[in-house]
Amino acid sequence: MTVQPVILWTDALVFLLVALAVLFAWMARGREHLRAPWRYVARSRVGMASLVVLAVYMAIGLLDSLHYHPLLPKAGDNGHGPRHSAEIVSLFDAIVAPLRERSEKTYSAPLAWRLYAKESIERPDGTVYRDYPRLKYGGAHLKEPAREWGPDIRRRMALGLVKAAVIWAVVAASLALLLARRDGIPLSVMFGRLARGETAIPWRTVLATLGLVLAATLVVIELAAGYHVLGTDKVGEDVLYQALKSIRTGLVIGTLTTLVMLPAAILLGIMAGYFRGWVDDVIQYLYTTLSSVPGVLLIAAAILMLQVYMNNHQGAFNSLTERADLRLLFLCIILGITSWTSLCRYLRGEALKLREVDYVQAAVNFGVGHFTIIGRHILPNVLHIVLITVVLDFSGLVLAEAVLSYVNIGVDPSMNSWGNMINSARLEMARDPIVWWSLAAAMIFMFVLVLCANLFADVVRDAFDPRLRNSRD
Amino acid sequence: MMAYIIRRVLYAIPILIGVNILTFVLFFVINSPDDMARMHLGVKRVTPEAIESWKREHGYDKPLLYNDRAAGAARFTDTIFFQKSLKLFQFDFGLSDSGRDIGYDISQRMWPSLAIAVPVLFIGLLVNISYALLIAFFRATYIDFWSVVLLVMMMSISSLFYIIGGQYLVSKVLHLVPISGYDTGLAAIKFLILPVIIGVVGGIGAGTRWYRTLFLEEINKDYVRTARAKGLSERLVLFRHVLKNALIPILTGVVVVLPLLFMGSLITESFFGIPGLGSYTIDAINRQDFAIVRAMVFLGSVLYILGLILTDISYTLVDPRVRLS
Amino acid sequence: MRKAYRSPIRRLVAPMALVLVMLLTAGCLSKPWNNPYPARDSDKNILYSSFEERPKHLDPVRSYSSNEYAFIAQIYEPPFQYDFLRRPYRLAPLSATRLPKVTYYDAKGKPVDAEAASGDITMAVYEIEIRPGIHYQPHPAFAKDENGAFLYHDLSTEEIEAANRLADFPRTGTRELVAADFVYQIKRLAFPHLHSPIRGLMADYIIGFDAYGKRLQKVFDTHKGKNGTGWLDLRQYPLEGVEAIGRYRFRIRLKQKYPQFAYWLAMPFFAPMPWEADRFYAQPGMAEHNITLDWYPVGTGPFMLTENNPNLRMVLSRNPNFHGESYPEQGDPGDAEAGLLRDAGKPMPFIDKAIYSLEKESIPYWNKFLQGYYDSSGISSDSFDQAVQFSAQGEAQLTDAMRKKGIKLLTAVSTSISYMGFNMRDPVIGGLSESARLLRQAISIAVDYEEYISIFANGRGVPAQGPIPPGIFGYRPPPRGVNHYVYEVVNGKPHRKPIEEARRLLAKAGYPGGRKADTGEPLILYFDVTASGPDDKARLNWVRKQFARLGIQLVLRTTDYNRFQEKMRKGTAQIFWWGWNADYPDPENFFFLLYGPNGKVAHGGENAANYANPEFDRLFERMKNMRNSPERQKVIDEMMEIVRRDAPWVWGMFPKAFSLHHAWYHNVKPNLMANNTLKYRRVDPQLRKQKRLAWNPPVLWPIGLLLALLMVSAIPAVVTWRRRERSAAR
Repeated sequence: MTVQPVILWTDALVFLLVALAVLFAWMARGREHLRAPWRYVARSRVGMASLVVLAVYMAIGLLDSLHYHPLLPKAGDNGHGPRHSAEIVSLFDAIVAPLRERSEKTYSAPLAWRLYAKESIERPDGTVYRDYPRLKYGGAHLKEPAREWGPDIRRRMALGLVKAAVIWAVVAASLALLLARRDGIPLSVMFGRLARGETAIPWRTVLATLGLVLAATLVVIELAAGYHVLGTDKVGEDVLYQALKSIRTGLVIGTLTTLVMLPAAILLGIMAGYFRGWVDDVIQYLYTTLSSVPGVLLIAAAILMLQVYMNNHQGAFNSLTERADLRLLFLCIILGITSWTSLCRYLRGEALKLREVDYVQAAVNFGVGHFTIIGRHILPNVLHIVLITVVLDFSGLVLAEAVLSYVNIGVDPSMNSWGNMINSARLEMARDPIVWWSLAAAMIFMFVLVLCANLFADVVRDAFDPRLRNSRD
Repeated sequence: MMAYIIRRVLYAIPILIGVNILTFVLFFVINSPDDMARMHLGVKRVTPEAIESWKREHGYDKPLLYNDRAAGAARFTDTIFFQKSLKLFQFDFGLSDSGRDIGYDISQRMWPSLAIAVPVLFIGLLVNISYALLIAFFRATYIDFWSVVLLVMMMSISSLFYIIGGQYLVSKVLHLVPISGYDTGLAAIKFLILPVIIGVVGGIGAGTRWYRTLFLEEINKDYVRTARAKGLSERLVLFRHVLKNALIPILTGVVVVLPLLFMGSLITESFFGIPGLGSYTIDAINRQDFAIVRAMVFLGSVLYILGLILTDISYTLVDPRVRLS
Repeated sequence: MRKAYRSPIRRLVAPMALVLVMLLTAGCLSKPWNNPYPARDSDKNILYSSFEERPKHLDPVRSYSSNEYAFIAQIYEPPFQYDFLRRPYRLAPLSATRLPKVTYYDAKGKPVDAEAASGDITMAVYEIEIRPGIHYQPHPAFAKDENGAFLYHDLSTEEIEAANRLADFPRTGTRELVAADFVYQIKRLAFPHLHSPIRGLMADYIIGFDAYGKRLQKVFDTHKGKNGTGWLDLRQYPLEGVEAIGRYRFRIRLKQKYPQFAYWLAMPFFAPMPWEADRFYAQPGMAEHNITLDWYPVGTGPFMLTENNPNLRMVLSRNPNFHGESYPEQGDPGDAEAGLLRDAGKPMPFIDKAIYSLEKESIPYWNKFLQGYYDSSGISSDSFDQAVQFSAQGEAQLTDAMRKKGIKLLTAVSTSISYMGFNMRDPVIGGLSESARLLRQAISIAVDYEEYISIFANGRGVPAQGPIPPGIFGYRPPPRGVNHYVYEVVNGKPHRKPIEEARRLLAKAGYPGGRKADTGEPLILYFDVTASGPDDKARLNWVRKQFARLGIQLVLRTTDYNRFQEKMRKGTAQIFWWGWNADYPDPENFFFLLYGPNGKVAHGGENAANYANPEFDRLFERMKNMRNSPERQKVIDEMMEIVRRDAPWVWGMFPKAFSLHHAWYHNVKPNLMANNTLKYRRVDPQLRKQKRLAWNPPVLWPIGLLLALLMVSAIPAVVTWRRRERSAAR
């Protein structure tokens, strides 16, 4: 056995979420009323384009959710079996190992071959002069960096573009082939349709987005082999690596927060609306009380509570990753608690309405059990509200993470997250020459994710909320 | 109407008690009275007996929720919780753990918070509604399309970026306003310009989009179609019918946040060094000053409930069809 | 009808115009626009500074941190002060007429020589004579009516209800300083109710101090019930070891020889306190209205606190009753050349007012300094590149841009240490066993503090070779003073030993390659740390990297401040960061951090590493009471060798204080012991005003560009509008 897999709490929940999504898709296959809105999404150009980008983010997030203890290199003496490191890394870490391991001494600008600040360098004869030291890894292959740097960058970019073009062509061709076979038309006709954008699902947009994503990815890969594409931070860590690692944190906060709050929100919301009377009173009391406590205080208190817990059970958390992960989960739960009340209120209102609908009344009169009615008649009819809330909340939560990190009640300071990156970059803004790349990297990565999520959420809402869909003519 | 309000106010009491218990429990799970004493006595050369006497003086030497050494009702009343909560309901916040009068501090710090929050709310409202009307007027043209793209992009930018970027550009590079700080009276204006602009700009994305949806929903209603069919100009339709009818959700949306304006904005106030209630709360959390935290939570809850009641009342005022029962 | 509906664009015009008008009024009234202070103050003789955190205590009995001293040291005057210019640090009289006269007595009450063995000395008597004619600042506590009765000592409840600030009591008075006020303050130090941080320490030395505190507590508990005021007239209860002799002289008697006591007499703890103030503030209801001694100090110093709004600013103004003091006429060599003696003999203070603004974030602080709105600045690590560069010789100097602005740089190694400690009670890393000692030595080599200083402090620090910083007696410069367990001397300079050496030590300790020799399990160590700031992540990554070089896995246990303190008290931490800021310039104040009986876990003392080595403790007790002499140096050398070998700390670094100040700011010399330095400062307001104007020209074209862009983007809208209107009209 070479590795020892570890399933962190958030990993487990991420997998649960994926399983739920697959299950939902499988269920939806057979039901026209569930398929129709998704078909609407699939035919929207904006929706599909943002889905492509989101898929890339999700792929990275999922790869980053497969954790294990790596094997330690064999120690000098014999007699012991293989030992695993206490450190936890993810599959994604293994894939981008060079990014993780090649750390410099301190700041270097994007694609630089030397440090950002001058340092005293000692010559072999003992005299000292000040200059920009060469980087250990970035541009280390260049013999005469001042002359070779430009051509080398251009060569790598060109190579990346060519590779991207090849891969893109293969993907496009196989897609066309597949579609042509499905529709039973000649390949050339299919190409024509694709190029003119005449397919029902906007494949042309998908391919165009994919082309852009591929080009960007491959150029970055080519460059990253020899440089720090987004520079390095104060202790010389690669900023690109940090930004990529932050993707998982952002996704986890955006999705798990709603996931952990869903059961409570759905159950209580529907129960309040359906049973009314004292149940309604109790549940209303509960959520009014919770929502009147300022969220920041609740979050701060919960985070501190967790720290107390972890200090009292130090043995259980041997690695930083586990501690950080638990804090992340806790943050999700507590954010969930502060945000479930609005969904609960919506669901209560909807359940109140649905309760009066004929077929529900009929079912009540026939003596069907309450929970059967809820499960069969009410729940399916409010699911679209749940879905809309989930997608709409996502981007807000990703943004909230950054703000919470500023108040020091966000994710663990040792965890990679955009919030932490922005928070530390704040101080770098005062440097001169200004160190802008950490801030820029975090902002751009976050912006792209949130933008795509917002666009996608719009499409989903239009698809599932027929009232709005009709009004958009 | 009066009866309704009284009932709502009475209904608020159990909620406030619940909030109080929640804050109390949360705070003392993380923070023992010993910790608080150490925090206030400083780090260097603190003796255990100094801690004991600090706790005695500040009333933290009693049990938290249940006193098993007392008898009868005193089992519940002779506790930190009861002693510290009772006064809260009379809006007597008492002294902070560092010995300042909380009520006085709140009354002083309320104004800077309002000085930012009120202009942000109203200028923001004006800008957002105007822009949304503009978009509604040009709906289904490329202006609409690009505006929505712009709005979504503005929504997707972190609020921290607006603040950091704004401060860097306007104050540091352009030298237009002081970077941070505050002053009393009219002199405060130059400190307020930047945070207010940033607050308004940061809110355009989400705000305008929300109003645009409202207006478009209204535009597609039958009476608007009828009005248009009657030959009314687009402008008249928009202003006379659409805006007027959309005012209800706008108004109620504003009313619910009105009382909370007192609470200030945590991030903006910290960044700009404005001595408002937001930074007061954050500082108290960091300094673990329980008395202030509890007072602010209590105040926040009261204001929140007030907002809900005001919303209900404003519904009836705007739309006579709604009856309060 | 049509008029009623204005176009949306026109609706936008009004608020925009309003903002513009606001901008213009704010602007035209005063240039530069970004001046955070009122324009009318530009010409005034005011010093501008900042504070980061609200000072918790301004009562000299309790105040014990540098941010509080920044204020109260200007207000309260203890008997002694540190000489401003001369080094090494030495005491000078302040409210006293001369340095204290100390006499030692043996058990029979006979005076003995100061050099007698400390065991023979059973009493040390300090006699202090104060200057006549010193008066307190104007304060309502002294205000009297025509009959000579105090105006504000027996206020009614209504009168107190109406007040929220001290200024709400308009009449003031003053009184001459007398020796009894010093005695009164020392009694306050003993009063348990006031929680003085040095009460425990003083109880070990001042005769009768401990018993006095207990007695007061008892009296207070019964007394308080009787009349409801919190005031206890301490004048009625004599303290055995402290007494006033006549109007201008007082005497303190100690149980044993304690040469460092004179340094304590230079701290605000021993500043005089008039009983009238205590009486005034103790009236019931005052504390509820924020009127306490903790908020409104009463002193004899050059300044008094005239505005106390910790949410915004604190203002110190010149004390009209100040007794007068002239700028020192003697300095160290080089001071005259540096212009530090230009004001010699002139009466102090030079400035009329000092305004301290609340500034929590470092970026605004730094930028305001650059714009000329603060007169001086410490440099945060991140602003450093902008301000300072190193010359080829490795000396710090200002960048050209800074020099062009006329900014000056001062550096000084501070009398503090920041180190990485090992918990000596820990089974793995602690203890005096050979294996643990080697492990600690290996780590000491691996944790490269030179790199730490260059990355996180931008070179502003000196790697420590032991607990004694330069400038304190007992420090030895390299090559003599090099810690040979961690460094080797090359060309007379210390060079950190190579990592291979650390690996060798680690293997010898029983962990070859960072794995336990017997089981092959990886060695896991724990680093306990409070993580709060944004910079912490980088720091922690760095620490982990250092341990990884030895193959040791370091687990970071981050907690909040309270939990961390608790861990330190319980001794459950393993490796931690800690620091110490000297109270006074004496090696005792550093070595006591390693003295066994000061162990944090066992005795609640300041020995955070819980280090206890009997031999070291024995030497410490000897060194403590010695005069600075070659013999003392010898003992210190021995102690140094012991702790270097045991390595209870990775010695860490002595931070270097870098401060910048503008050309208009004069009489600055780093003095790390003195806090009352405001009176020496002089500013040139005219130069400041001129520079501020030159440095802050408002740049307006981007605003114009923005407006133009808005207008351009409005064109297509207008076009569409026109077309619609036309088609509707048709």
